Amino acid sequence: MAFNSNLKLKDHFQETQIFNQRILVAGIIMFFLLILLLSRMVYLQISNQQYYSTLSENNRVNILPIPPSRGLIFDRNGVLLAQNLPSFTLEIIPEHVENLDATLKNLSQLITITDDDLNRFDKNRRKKRRFEGIPLRFQLNEEEVAKISGQLYNLPGVDITAQLTRHYPQGNLAAHAVGYVSRINEAELKKLDVSNYSATTHIGKVGIERTYENVLHGKVGFEHVETNAQGRVLRVLDRTRPVSGKNLYLNMDSRVQAIAEESLAENNGSLVAIDPRNGAVLAIASMPSYDPNLFVHGISTKNYKTLSTSPERPLFNRALRGQYPPGSTIKPLVGLAGLELGEVHEHDAVDCPGWYMLKNDERRYRDWKKTGHDDTDLTKAIVESCDVYFYDLALKLGIDNISNYLAHFGLGQKTGIDIRGELSGLNPSREWKRRSRNLPWFPGETLITGIGQGFMLTTPLQLATATAAIAKRGTRYKPRMVLAVQNQQNGELLPTNPELLTPVPINEESHWQTIIDSMRDVVHSIHGTARGIKRNLQYTIAGKTGTAQVFGIAQDAEYVKEEIAKKLQDHALFIGYAPIDNPRIAVALIVENGGSGGSVAAPIVRKVMDQYLLNLPKENQDEKKP
Amino acid sequence: MSWQNSTNTGFKEENRLSTGRRLLYRLHIDLPLWIGIMILSAMGMVVLYSAGDKSLELLNRQFVRLLIAFIVMLMVAQINPNTLKHWAPWLFGLGLLMLIAVLVVGEVGKGAQRWLDLGVFRFQPSELMKIAVPLMTAWYLAEAPLPPKMGRLMVAIIIVLVPTILIAKQPDLGTSILIASSGIFVLLLAGLRWQIIASVMVLMAASAPLFWNYLLHDYQRQRILTFLNPETDPLGSGYHIIQSTIAIGSGGIYGKGWLNGTQAHLDFLPERSTDFVFAVFSEEFGFLGILLLLAVYVAIISRGIIIAVNAQDTFSRLVAGSLTLTFFVYVFVNIGMVSGILPVVGLPLPLISYGGTSMVTIMAAFGILMSIQTHRKLVGA
Repeated sequence: MAFNSNLKLKDHFQETQIFNQRILVAGIIMFFLLILLLSRMVYLQISNQQYYSTLSENNRVNILPIPPSRGLIFDRNGVLLAQNLPSFTLEIIPEHVENLDATLKNLSQLITITDDDLNRFDKNRRKKRRFEGIPLRFQLNEEEVAKISGQLYNLPGVDITAQLTRHYPQGNLAAHAVGYVSRINEAELKKLDVSNYSATTHIGKVGIERTYENVLHGKVGFEHVETNAQGRVLRVLDRTRPVSGKNLYLNMDSRVQAIAEESLAENNGSLVAIDPRNGAVLAIASMPSYDPNLFVHGISTKNYKTLSTSPERPLFNRALRGQYPPGSTIKPLVGLAGLELGEVHEHDAVDCPGWYMLKNDERRYRDWKKTGHDDTDLTKAIVESCDVYFYDLALKLGIDNISNYLAHFGLGQKTGIDIRGELSGLNPSREWKRRSRNLPWFPGETLITGIGQGFMLTTPLQLATATAAIAKRGTRYKPRMVLAVQNQQNGELLPTNPELLTPVPINEESHWQTIIDSMRDVVHSIHGTARGIKRNLQYTIAGKTGTAQVFGIAQDAEYVKEEIAKKLQDHALFIGYAPIDNPRIAVALIVENGGSGGSVAAPIVRKVMDQYLLNLPKENQDEKKP
Repeated sequence: MSWQNSTNTGFKEENRLSTGRRLLYRLHIDLPLWIGIMILSAMGMVVLYSAGDKSLELLNRQFVRLLIAFIVMLMVAQINPNTLKHWAPWLFGLGLLMLIAVLVVGEVGKGAQRWLDLGVFRFQPSELMKIAVPLMTAWYLAEAPLPPKMGRLMVAIIIVLVPTILIAKQPDLGTSILIASSGIFVLLLAGLRWQIIASVMVLMAASAPLFWNYLLHDYQRQRILTFLNPETDPLGSGYHIIQSTIAIGSGGIYGKGWLNGTQAHLDFLPERSTDFVFAVFSEEFGFLGILLLLAVYVAIISRGIIIAVNAQDTFSRLVAGSLTLTFFVYVFVNIGMVSGILPVVGLPLPLISYGGTSMVTIMAAFGILMSIQTHRKLVGA
């Protein structure tokens, strides 16, 4: 018993020993684990406090960009061409939607969502930025807004946003010149100032909207907002206002533009009117036109197909990119070259039998008048548009002189107008032909260059600037669309300055007079090819008609017979300016397949000039000048 | 026998105490432990008010739970350790049956079967096991002289392993870790030889791939992977860890101030009133607050160790030691996972986190500690 009890006591003692020893070990381990925890806290809270504070602050504070309102576009009389209208858009942030299909289904029960909407949504979804709302429907009406607002609580990730959207109140009018905005695409996103465009969804795609994007856009504003983990804005901490884009006043007169477009409604074509005194573009029409409003929200595939595949090519800006043979409208310039270079004198006459032949060449180069013009001097050659005289003159000048002299008027070069996408036309030369076709220049080619056929191509804009240069006797201005830029903040108007180009060099001032007198007689003499427009004319016009041969039709020639016939008709051209003593407007017009320059093109130009020179001052008094 | 006789003839310790403390002794309350628990509960209420976005309802419910838990603690404290020792096998058996029942008919909550619907209330048998496993292991080991022989050791290991695996199957990794450690602590404190400990550790390391491939659920594997590299999935499973480390780190030395934690109040912190409440506390009270909180925990754990060391029989000693060390594991694992040095296993911060069941269990454990301390008899005269 005693032994037993001793043993138990001993055990008890030993057990206590072991236990205490083990507790000690546990205590030490716990101590070290505690130190580990504390070092972690020191690491997080003391060593890296700054870092984690920043992260926490970034978590909490979001920077919301505020889009600047885009500058408006007016014509020279203050007629609104592009404005911003408030509209409601239905947006979805896919990151916040659990089941997109179910959400879309729910929405389609509330409002109409077309397949086009869904296609566009899918398209935009693929190229959007993270956590960015993707528009599903634009321009919701009040009823639709009310319907959806009531259901927003069980449609997470769905939101209705109000924003300003671009609207073109004049629709088709001057659509090519003004252009349009549309959603920013991926390629543009790469080139943009991402920060300044962080709130902007649309960007100018063509025309003034594109060229003056930097001026119209403005500067983005920012709101520092506190958000919760779901991204809901709780309060605004700080705000930097956006700076609105600048307004643009165009040189264009929308009434003149309207007359031009109406007159071209039946035939495709283009008219450019320029103030020769400063290069201001008064009208720049390209017909047929299109409604730029279709593009703002992303054009539907069907509409786009209609526009882009139409044989009339409504999206094509003929004024800047249409390259036509100038035909007889080139004759005053060739004539001036002849006088200046001493190859002809004013009264030297050429006998015109109705055709012209080169030595050692069987080919007959025809005059448009089969019976010929008989004895023809320069004035007569311009007034009656004698081809034989200019075949002869061209041959005397040679292609090098012709192309050099025409270059002084800007042919074959871009005019530098403030709309992007201009083409340069073609002012053919020996060197050009060798370079591009690796062929020598043939004398016959010189002949037809003299009457504006052959390789020569000009844009309506180039013809208009050349006409303006004649009007100002060699003084040339760069054509300008924008009259003034207005700061939206203080209303201050900053006019743009006329930009002089290298003038046409002239040795003998009287040569100008000869050419201008001839051009006056085109309209005002009884033999003039444009004599038809002189009835009741209250001012003087100097002009030149032209008829350009259409060389062929496009390869996809599956037109009905009448269409082919129409397409094969000559282009009708007219260039002119008025009044002769104090030129205020210079016009170039091309009517595609219009036939005769004198009977088709010239009357349109007169209507445009009438509008600008006669009707305008009276109506101007009712309108507010900018 | 003589030793037992001598204890019977000894004075009760309470005789030597003042009137106030005598009353506490009669109620079987250990004052230092009581004070520590009270401070901790108070701190918990303060943090929860902030974490719950000033919800008085949440505070109210937590208060009621605390009240119930305190009553449970007091009731348990009245039970003599010897009685507990007699109950140990029965409690363990009952817990085991219920665990099996849960696996068969249990209710599924948040993707895991943990609850047993008893008609009147729902019950988590794993909570009972948190107490029953150390009691059972201590009872079984205390039956024979220590350190335990190999055969007894094997049986003890099975006693620990069976409930651990059953709970891990539910799946509840956090609780099974706690239960395994509470049993293992008993074994260690009972004098398990170091050689065995070392070889088991080697064995565990060797079987880790097996464990990884066959015993862990996908989401558990995911958690561990995420823990190792949270940035790989910042909006998915790494989100919790990233956001809570941001909360802690941004608190700095002094904290952002009570109710000013932006991480917490702007919803960036997940589970912010339950498992991740420590992040809220750290964000708002900073490093100094953490020092205070850890000091209180250290005080409670130290008191537990003192009680264990002063305990008069092997069973009490092992139980008190194991419960105290398990409490430490609770604290360490929770803070460790919230601060990103341990994988997320879903353990609450004891006495601070919002939530009922585990709080009652923890307080019951404190009840046992108090019972062990206050049922002592002085040895000798």
